[in-house]
Amino acid sequence: MREIKAELIKEIVKDLFIKTNYFAGKDLLGKFKEAVEREESPIGKSVLDQIIRNAQIAAEEKIAICQDTGMAVLFVELGQDVRIVGGDFNEAVNSGIREAYEEGYLRRSVVNDPLFDRKNTGDNTPAVIHIEIVKGDRIKLIAVPKGFGSENMSAVKMFTPAEGVKGVKDFVVETVLKAGPNPCPPIVVGVGIGGTMEKAALLAKKALTRPLDRRHPDERYAKLESEILDLINSSGIGPAGLGGRTTALAVNIEYFPTHIAGLPVAVNISCHAYRHAEATI
Amino acid sequence: MDDAIRINTPVTSEELKMLKAGDRVLISGVIYTGRDAAHKRLVELIQKGRGLPVDLNGQIIYYVGPAPAKPGYAAGPAGPTTSGRMDSYTIPLLEKGLKGMIGKGTRSREVIEAMKKYGAVYFGAVGGAAALIARSIKKVEVVAFEDLGTEAIHRFYVENFPAIVIIDSEGNNLYETEPPKYRRG
Repeated sequence: MREIKAELIKEIVKDLFIKTNYFAGKDLLGKFKEAVEREESPIGKSVLDQIIRNAQIAAEEKIAICQDTGMAVLFVELGQDVRIVGGDFNEAVNSGIREAYEEGYLRRSVVNDPLFDRKNTGDNTPAVIHIEIVKGDRIKLIAVPKGFGSENMSAVKMFTPAEGVKGVKDFVVETVLKAGPNPCPPIVVGVGIGGTMEKAALLAKKALTRPLDRRHPDERYAKLESEILDLINSSGIGPAGLGGRTTALAVNIEYFPTHIAGLPVAVNISCHAYRHAEATI
Repeated sequence: MDDAIRINTPVTSEELKMLKAGDRVLISGVIYTGRDAAHKRLVELIQKGRGLPVDLNGQIIYYVGPAPAKPGYAAGPAGPTTSGRMDSYTIPLLEKGLKGMIGKGTRSREVIEAMKKYGAVYFGAVGGAAALIARSIKKVEVVAFEDLGTEAIHRFYVENFPAIVIIDSEGNNLYETEPPKYRRG
């Protein structure tokens, strides 16, 4: 058993959430550059210029790229040979979030009760934590601060197997068209296919942690990603929804085996502030 | 932004009539922030026949919940939030003289009709360009509902705040006119 201190987990969670809120990743900056060169719409180009300039300012001044610094989602791949010592795991994560949002001047955007009180918890906790037990003696943490302009435009649908590829394509494109300008395009589209309802949703979220320059290893899924991306970028929605050829930067699909009777599909949208950061302890 | 039209708040319907969908503007003066929770409270006050904590006549509301400002900064990152969530609260505010809204995303048909009726304009700021936009905010004061934190009503003193007219006072709507030009297939 390898022992890992809860304090270390706290420090790394804190660092990841601050870092990903300040610094746009190389994958994202590369996509912005490609997009601005290709964009035909003058308004679209000007929006992309502002987005690029914004990322530069945020990085230089070490401030948040977007004021919606998100609800904190954390994916954890926990090696089965790890023993966490010196504190409670969930508390360590939430302490990391608390300190990141306080010391990093990030916005506290979480309310305690979704329906009745809706009182701000004041420290952006609790985090949404997804834990997977894996082989080995390491812990991988993937931080995803999730803004809700785009989260609100997400959708899940249960298809019949007969609806197949066409059903999936139409649903993803429809979800993006319906969202229009609201999720801050150019967006990244996470798609989860298979499993059960909640598994599909989780896969769609996990798909939003994949670097943008990486396609699905299965050629059939990679092709589907590219076909859906083309359909989305033919919509004309464009940067900020003000018209143009750049509506999405990427479509990332993840799949899982499913039931003989089913074809669950989830679409989770990220705004252009495609924030994800990971560390392995 | 050399081609941008400069406007100063407060504004009148006559001035706003000159603005057309697609115009780039640079806004200077005072603007008020408000999002979901503040809108709910404003409308509740109106329904109870009570006075509002700010006089909305001729004013512009910016749909934003800013991030905290770092020491030495006037404002934290402050980009627009999705406007559609404010649709159900907007008409009573237009009736109280609100003339402009800054946000991102679509508005309901009812809101657009009311904007035409009251001579109001919907401006778009680039969603997510929060660090860039913050540079145009020179001073920030909380004026109402302080307990709401980021959702409190703030008074922003802005200089050359960059925006674009998305829906003008005649109801012309950039979200409807621009995307079809780039649609394919």
